[in-house]
Amino acid sequence: MDIFTASHISKQFSNHKALDQVSISVPEGSIFGLLGPNGAGKTTLIRIINQIINPDEGELLFYGKKIKPDDIAFIGYLPEERGLYKKMTVGEQALYLAQLKGLSRHESLQRLNLWFEKFEIKAWWNRKVEELSKGMQQKIQFLVTIIHEPKLLIFDEPFSGFDPINANLLKDEILAQKEKGATIIFSTHNMASVEELCDHIALINHSKVVLSGMVREIKKTFKTNTFTISYQGATENLHTLLPGSFQVLDELSDPDLNHAIIKLPDSASPNDLLQLLLPKVSIHALRELVPGMNDIFIQAVTRKPSPEPTLN
Amino acid sequence: MTILGPLLMAATIVIPIYLATQNTEIKNVAVLDETGIFSEKFKDSDNLKFHYLNSDVHSAKSTFHSSGDYALVYIPKTEVTLPTNVIIYAENTVNINLQSYVKNVMGRHIESLKLQARLHELQTDKNKPVPVDDILRSIKTSIDINTLKIGEDGQESKSYTEINMVLGMFSGILIYFFIFMFGAQVMRGVIEEKTSRIVEVIISSVKPFQLMMGKIIGVGMVGLTQFLLWVVLTFGIVTIVVSMISPKEINKTATEQILKRNEAISPVSADVPIVQESQPQEGANMVIEAIRSVDFPVMIGSFLFFFLVGYLMYAALFAAIGGAVDSESDTQQFMFPITIPLILSIILAQFIIQDPDGAVAFWFSIIPLTSPIVMMIRIPFGVPYLQVILSMLLLLLGFLGTTWLAAKIYRTGILMYGKKVNYRELWKWLKLRE
Repeated sequence: MDIFTASHISKQFSNHKALDQVSISVPEGSIFGLLGPNGAGKTTLIRIINQIINPDEGELLFYGKKIKPDDIAFIGYLPEERGLYKKMTVGEQALYLAQLKGLSRHESLQRLNLWFEKFEIKAWWNRKVEELSKGMQQKIQFLVTIIHEPKLLIFDEPFSGFDPINANLLKDEILAQKEKGATIIFSTHNMASVEELCDHIALINHSKVVLSGMVREIKKTFKTNTFTISYQGATENLHTLLPGSFQVLDELSDPDLNHAIIKLPDSASPNDLLQLLLPKVSIHALRELVPGMNDIFIQAVTRKPSPEPTLN
Repeated sequence: MTILGPLLMAATIVIPIYLATQNTEIKNVAVLDETGIFSEKFKDSDNLKFHYLNSDVHSAKSTFHSSGDYALVYIPKTEVTLPTNVIIYAENTVNINLQSYVKNVMGRHIESLKLQARLHELQTDKNKPVPVDDILRSIKTSIDINTLKIGEDGQESKSYTEINMVLGMFSGILIYFFIFMFGAQVMRGVIEEKTSRIVEVIISSVKPFQLMMGKIIGVGMVGLTQFLLWVVLTFGIVTIVVSMISPKEINKTATEQILKRNEAISPVSADVPIVQESQPQEGANMVIEAIRSVDFPVMIGSFLFFFLVGYLMYAALFAAIGGAVDSESDTQQFMFPITIPLILSIILAQFIIQDPDGAVAFWFSIIPLTSPIVMMIRIPFGVPYLQVILSMLLLLLGFLGTTWLAAKIYRTGILMYGKKVNYRELWKWLKLRE
């Protein structure tokens, strides 16, 4: 079932419309990516989901029922612009934020101990937040977001500002949470993370949803039946070996192999290509070019077709 | 703001000046001069009208309440010395103007009598040179004024205008500083939460209103704790000091005490015209008695109330400012109108001290924005309970009003960055529905 649905959410600020009839459905246990260019309305939608601001129209359902203030106990939110009280000590602050989520002091201490050990940051318990580097602060912020074991995690641009090591840590944690049965929604520009993590996405542009669904399905719709092939021993040019309907988009030769990008006609299959080439050349590799989320993003937002792929 | 600023500044200057020139109400003062020396010496002025009584002191005192007079000036008969003691009876504290006028009139008259006596003395011995400095020094007179409060039931108690003035000013200024200090602390806290973005994290767990009130109440408790510590420590020290120099128990009524002192002075010689004066009361004793006369429970109780609720009211406004801006430097334009009533209260303090029951004092002790300070200045002088209760009620309403206003501005402002906020923008925020 869907852990969360937003239907026909609209929000108007004094001089511009942030959201226009936006609807998303987030299946339980999935990792849901909220994509979109800057200013599209992602953060507004996230704030509405977290009940920080109210929509002008539309409805929010949590586990099928209208969302209510008490539900925040089951939701963990890591905002894009995040901060901590500079003059407070790490431990005291983590304790406060954990208790804010509804945990008892005892419970908070226990869990914090476990997590601090896991992240290897026990030494920071008594240090003031202002003494820590940004990466360290982010670890703590992430920690207090998940400490109450929420069923739904919402991250607004979680990877921004993380170095590759911490980004990896975060990625592993997100997957670990999914293993535990949590659902994760996150908004991002980092398409690599979308590729690696997301099952579902929704792409918002100019306050509207322009693309949504399972990543697998979306990629399929953007596929252009294009393949890269690596081969050897050609005595003739590829163009002569293949019929005209098979477009050779690019060719490259390195000392060992020849590579080419070939766009098949809609009716053809990779086997057809192989059948055409096998008698003539020695094939080393054949791979389908599946469009990356980056390209899909750009295509969907600019509504222009991607430039043709090249080898390099 | 370009227009509002100068207007407000002008108001702060003009209002006190205007009030200074205003005629305060006329006060009727009865004079009972047993010595007969001062008859017709007290002249009517703009706000004091004197009329002379012929009765004895007891009946004068008993009819005082029904007479509608502001005060009764009683100059007791002296056997041997020139009268330099005077008792002023009143319902409440006698204001400083009357006291200084009486002192002035009596002092000058006595000095002129003394001068006459000395000159008369010199005339009998024409050969001696005239020792001018000597004469001037010897005629110097200080008048000892005792102010007494007569209660409804005829109970007398000493009232000390000076200490009431000191206490009034002191508590007024204390409240001024407290409100400013802790209000600004609230504002700074809100701005810090905004700039460090911690507010975004917290706001997902609590409603903006809860965050705002939590901060206001939290800082208030810090202030209260600090104040209570001060009070306890000061009280402790004063009690210890006082008990070490404690005067004897007072049994007789205050009037009888003074008269007794008067009679105790022995004459120097029967020939010399009367130039001696009666002894003034010992300095230290007076201060201690003055402190004792203060109704501390009422003082502290009302101080706590006006401090707390006054602080709460202003803190809400400070929280609203903090929520509307992005940094401390932007707060200037909003701080100004809020601090005007506070500053005005302090400027008016000097007038209120001279005339604690006048129209100015009354109105400014009722209006919520100035009442915390002004009412506290008035209380040592004695304020009718009804007025105090009215002031407290209005202050509570003021607090509710500013909190409602602040909540609207705060909830919109804390998530808004980069927008240059001015009054028109704030007005828009006020109209946004929840």
